[in-house]
Amino acid sequence: MLKARVIPCLDVKDGRVVKGVNFVNLRDAGDPVESAVAYDKAGADELCFLDITASHEARGILLDVVRRTAEVCFMPLTVGGGVRTVDDIRNLLLAGADKASINSAAVADRQFVRRAAEKFGSQCVVVAIDAKRVSGAGEPLRWEIFTHGGRRPTGIDAVAFAREVAELGAGEILLTSMDRDGSKIGFDIELTRTIADATPIPVIASGGVGNLDHLVDGVAKGHASAVLAASIFHFGEYTIRQAKARMAQAGIPVRMD
Amino acid sequence: MIVAIIDYGSGNLHSAHKAFERAVRESGLNRAVRVTSLPEDVLAADHVVLPGVGAFADCRRGLDAVPGMVEALTEAVRRRGKPFLGICVGAQLLATRGLEYEIVPGLGWIPGDVAPIKPVDPALKIPHMGWNTLDVRRAHPVLDGIRTGDDGLHAYFVHSYQLYAENPDDVVATADYGGPVTAIVARDNVVGVQFHPEKSQTLGLALIGNFLAWRP
Repeated sequence: MLKARVIPCLDVKDGRVVKGVNFVNLRDAGDPVESAVAYDKAGADELCFLDITASHEARGILLDVVRRTAEVCFMPLTVGGGVRTVDDIRNLLLAGADKASINSAAVADRQFVRRAAEKFGSQCVVVAIDAKRVSGAGEPLRWEIFTHGGRRPTGIDAVAFAREVAELGAGEILLTSMDRDGSKIGFDIELTRTIADATPIPVIASGGVGNLDHLVDGVAKGHASAVLAASIFHFGEYTIRQAKARMAQAGIPVRMD
Repeated sequence: MIVAIIDYGSGNLHSAHKAFERAVRESGLNRAVRVTSLPEDVLAADHVVLPGVGAFADCRRGLDAVPGMVEALTEAVRRRGKPFLGICVGAQLLATRGLEYEIVPGLGWIPGDVAPIKPVDPALKIPHMGWNTLDVRRAHPVLDGIRTGDDGLHAYFVHSYQLYAENPDDVVATADYGGPVTAIVARDNVVGVQFHPEKSQTLGLALIGNFLAWRP
């Protein structure tokens, strides 16, 4: 039986791990390669690096981190942040990433998703969707895509966009609620469920995890195939094993190898 | 003893290379692991590994684009009987035909077609992506000592197509995803795994170790 995945996400800036709280007040939390090894041993199902380095010139540092991680980690690795061209994806895959996550570039040009999937296969194309609730009280729920760390509205409906990128060949959606990111009050379950039910590809729920029941809700109520969290793991509040034990207790199949 | 991992431009072989090296170290075998696109290396190798990611047709074209490679593979594996491991699309290429986007001939070493996975439950997501257990149909040396079944170890899958083998005996193991999905095929000295042993931690390293110790 296929298991629900637990994915720690490491924000990486200039080759070091950081975690933003609502994308401000960044804190340094160490070496990404060491963290990756620790998560590999701890039983994480996959690992995600999100590169938040501002300058494109620093790309080499990230590729080096990916390369060193792939040498010591025998688990799937997704890398996102600043992926704009087919060459960016190729460089990440050649460095040892298994999947590349596309965000703003897919919003700017949806055909980029198709080109990437045709070139490298859907299995390595993740589209990261940052969505914010824009419907008012009493209105039908509606979410819009935001870019630039949640600051820039695009007017694009998140559900329609998710359907479209799945159609264009995305293999997976990494869905982050910008309302919940850093809030620790749990995923936006309505958002997660709406997109998971509307698309034929796996959805990773992200944004807002503060405790282990939130992870359970992401799968059980949000219908996500995987749950992504950062700070609850990075700062030792919970271990991956504790997370999986709670999910198993709630009847969600997880891998306990 | 040399292990040749064939590089024909299908994705990154860095982690496969490192995983094989680690399996060599952990199993105490004396093997040199070489990533190569030279047919003579395949002929000189003791074990041959064909990885592959992406679309079937792309991989087939990539393999054909390496001068002499298909001939070297045929000679090394079919005539000289060297142990062969196909991984993901490298395993699918063993089939007679691939039906992804267009009909493309495979190597034809395991009769069958590569076609979309069709889970009984239409709500199941495609690709079949993530960790799944293995249901063994028949024993095979590459599974020696590996815990399988519902309570067994997990393998990492990511695929939308699978090899439907004509001969049920060629299927060594399946994974359950709204019905059985082909996980391992084998015939004689040839074995193919749909999942990624190089990404499958404990199970993956054990399977690679078994393959390297295998003398069919």
